[in-house]
Amino acid sequence: MTLRLLIELLFTFFKIGLFTFGGGYAMIPLITEEVTNKGWLDYAQIFDFIAISESTPGPFAINIATFVGYTQGTDFWTGLSGAIMATIGVILPSFIIIIIIAKAFHRFADNKYVIGFLKGVKPIIVGVITSVAISFLLKSIFSLEVTDFNNFEFKWETLFIFIVVFSMTKIWKKVHPVFVVLLSGIMGLVIYGLILV
Amino acid sequence: MLFTLFWTFFKIGLFTFGGGYAMIPFINNYAVEKHKWITDDEFLDIIAIAESTPGPIAINSATYIGHKVKGILGSFFATLGVALPSLIIIVLIATFFMQVKDNVYVEYAFKGIRVGVGVLVLNAAIRMYKKLDKNWLSYLLILIGFTLVIFEWLSVLYVIAIGGVIGIIAQILKVRGDQL
Repeated sequence: MTLRLLIELLFTFFKIGLFTFGGGYAMIPLITEEVTNKGWLDYAQIFDFIAISESTPGPFAINIATFVGYTQGTDFWTGLSGAIMATIGVILPSFIIIIIIAKAFHRFADNKYVIGFLKGVKPIIVGVITSVAISFLLKSIFSLEVTDFNNFEFKWETLFIFIVVFSMTKIWKKVHPVFVVLLSGIMGLVIYGLILV
Repeated sequence: MLFTLFWTFFKIGLFTFGGGYAMIPFINNYAVEKHKWITDDEFLDIIAIAESTPGPIAINSATYIGHKVKGILGSFFATLGVALPSLIIIVLIATFFMQVKDNVYVEYAFKGIRVGVGVLVLNAAIRMYKKLDKNWLSYLLILIGFTLVIFEWLSVLYVIAIGGVIGIIAQILKVRGDQL
């Protein structure tokens, strides 16, 4: 792992940390874009990791920064350096901003510009996350890129998993994400390992 | 004191599954009730601040509470504490995952899991939608964010920034309008 890559990890995750409002899932669109553009992980790997992160303790932001940083290394120690740099990167914006607020700006959340900013950012993030979820589901159910309508291939089994899991989360509203991961994993095993072999 | 801060937040980081909001009751339990580092009101302030600043709520509240107790050093140790369990656990899991990811059964399971995660992300969007103030501007912004990103017309970073700028302009116009 080169020094250049370490600095790039730090800088990229700093940017991700700086532009994430409203917790873990709000971070997914930006992470997906940055990390796939850099060629660090692909779409499917990011979704695999979301599953891992939901099943392990700790905030999603730290988990994914650690994972991306670690996987860029060639061995344990370079991986660990990458993990530490990416994690410092994602923490630093919060750390700096909160210390400034704690020192000098206690009524921060009541400031009219802050309120206005968030009134704009929150709905636009809802749109952005929805588009990430939908384009990923389209990709897995229809092998369909939104920007390329020619490669259409319907996969009934993916649609089936989607319908079962989605209905479950609607019927049993308080279901823990770990159960969603477990159920869809078992369905994947049964469908791909037993039925479609 | 610094060690207590570190250790408390280490425990908070270790026992929180599923991200920021799951952490709130733990923080309340330790920082307000047990150690009395902050009052109830301050705790609510911290959540408001954490929601209106970028970054994970866990880091925001650890930094803030640490600062309250022991200044910048306090912030440093509380934040280190909350981040360390993830760092250790994920490095271990990543090592393990890299070894099993090419196993055919793991691949089958993850083919299913990816769809499940798609559902989780979609549900997160729905949950955030339900918490929004609904008016024509927020509907318009949802549509703008969705369109720009799904067709890959503009980078997510700029889309978020555009939302913020429109929100500030709308707020200034509203305040002016109220004064008239």
